[in-house]
Amino acid sequence: MPVTITIPAPLRQFAGGQSQITVEAKTAGEALDLLTSTHAALRRHLFNDQNVLRNFVNVYLNDEDIRHASGPATPVKDGDTIMIVPSIAGGAVAESEVGQTLPELSHEEILRYSRHLIMPEVGMQGQRKLKASSVLMIGTGGLGAPVGMYLAAAGVGRIGIVDFDVVEESNLQRQIIHGTKDLGRRKIESARDRLRDINPHIEIETHESRLTSHNAMQLFRNYDIIVDGTDNFPTRYLVNDACVLSRKPNVYGSIFRFEGQASVFWAEKGACYRCLYPEPPPPGLVPSCAEGGVLGVLPGIVGAIQANETIKIILGADDLLINRLLLFDAWPMKFREFKLRKDPKCPVCGENPTITKLIDYEEFCGVAPHQLPPPSKLEEITASELNARRLRGDKIQIIDVREPHEFEIARIPGTKLIPLGHVVTRMNEIDSEVETIVHCKGGVRSAKAIEALKRAGFQGRLINLKGGITAWSEDVDPRVAKY
Amino acid sequence: MITIAEKQLSEIREHGVCDYPYECCGLLLGRFRAEGKFVSETYPISNAREESAKRNRFLITPEELMKGERYARHHDLEVVGFYHSHPDSPAAPSQYDLEHAWPMYSYIIVSTSADRAGDLFSWEQEPDRSRFNQEEIKCQ
Repeated sequence: MPVTITIPAPLRQFAGGQSQITVEAKTAGEALDLLTSTHAALRRHLFNDQNVLRNFVNVYLNDEDIRHASGPATPVKDGDTIMIVPSIAGGAVAESEVGQTLPELSHEEILRYSRHLIMPEVGMQGQRKLKASSVLMIGTGGLGAPVGMYLAAAGVGRIGIVDFDVVEESNLQRQIIHGTKDLGRRKIESARDRLRDINPHIEIETHESRLTSHNAMQLFRNYDIIVDGTDNFPTRYLVNDACVLSRKPNVYGSIFRFEGQASVFWAEKGACYRCLYPEPPPPGLVPSCAEGGVLGVLPGIVGAIQANETIKIILGADDLLINRLLLFDAWPMKFREFKLRKDPKCPVCGENPTITKLIDYEEFCGVAPHQLPPPSKLEEITASELNARRLRGDKIQIIDVREPHEFEIARIPGTKLIPLGHVVTRMNEIDSEVETIVHCKGGVRSAKAIEALKRAGFQGRLINLKGGITAWSEDVDPRVAKY
Repeated sequence: MITIAEKQLSEIREHGVCDYPYECCGLLLGRFRAEGKFVSETYPISNAREESAKRNRFLITPEELMKGERYARHHDLEVVGFYHSHPDSPAAPSQYDLEHAWPMYSYIIVSTSADRAGDLFSWEQEPDRSRFNQEEIKCQ
């Protein structure tokens, strides 16, 4: 069928100066192919390198956009007119100076990242920025798992992972970067293998060590962005301070039970973690996930938010979680947000900082060994000794200060349950004439219970079970489940 | 080279400041001649747009352009180029602009802030699509 194609004015120079060209074709696509095979120079202005019509080029058959009909397969009939009309784009920030040094993408990478590439917010430029970027993840636990997996999948060119742990059974409920086959393996190895499997085009660097004041600055130097996936206060303050001192963004997340927090602490642009929390809580006040539990999916949600913000930083997006603390509660399913403000008196990022190099964070958070109460004050017994005494028939009573739901999971036979929060009010249920062994999961809460009972004036002899029910399971009776 | 009157340049600047912090855009109507493009009027298109429209970055839809083309033809003119503003950004085209342009057209970009228009430059795409070249503006 003869159809007439109208050539827009700016492209006529590539069509021998003609404004209309007639071709014989059955479909709109065929008409364009014929046109561009006779006038090859036209093709690159209509089609991209993947041979797809450029996204700003619109083809109208008579008055209808062929995208709304059958695309290139739209049939044409005798006397139809095809018009080529651009839509006009604009508005991106000038990036000419950075554009030159970014790495190119291979064909495989272009295919892999196609869902990114077709969005103007990412595009080729953004994907190349991702490839050029480097991110250091502290920890490959609950938060590190989704962070690492999504950043690897997104094509962040170089990912560093810091961990010193091995994969344990109790990790697998949430640390989805590791699998059952990895039990007993070093976490950095298991994580590295998983990330490589997700994306072989990126570099993974493993650092098997605890993050310390001695190695943090050195480690951070080689990365653009630091993602905090730690579960303890000393490391969290260390990550914050090292990020402030090295002027790098700290993508923060934390989790406990059903609640999570996320923010971007970037002292160059807003508040840091110390502006929000100048001092750590007293040791023991805030239980860890090991003590208090955590919903397995929670770090998935919070970690995905951290990955999201990391990618946005790399792409140069606005509206980061800077000066914003996002709070999430999975049980009622609610997000809330608090505004943060940079504290001019902040000891590390304020106007007159007193912290100008990394300090001893264990001591700062009051968890250094010499800060604990002297062991002489707290009488202790090991699980094996306790078992021996029970077998001998000694007259003793055992108080379990864990929570009822923990008691459901595992218990030492012949014990009485009085949760820590009730131990003082229910003191009269404990016979002060009989020697009392107090236990919890690992020995921390039971030590607190003993302290509280003594302060409340309990007169009997109180002995802490060292290592709690976990030690009992390990050393005395493996039938008692560990959790 | 693009030849344009001070009146049209002022219209572009005013449109840019008026639509700040959003981008403005419009068509440049005139004629292609051997010695370059001659603009005889501007054809403003955008107003402050919805966030969603900002995100997709297409300032002028093909329907709007066809409407503009019809208007131009009716007045015996042609679309010789486009103008748009870069709020708080330099008057230089981005990589994104490069990938969404055709040669021959003039792309005038004006840098805007809340109270004034800054630099105004015209750009023309290299025929092999590799880059934009700054184009001389001859003011009548």
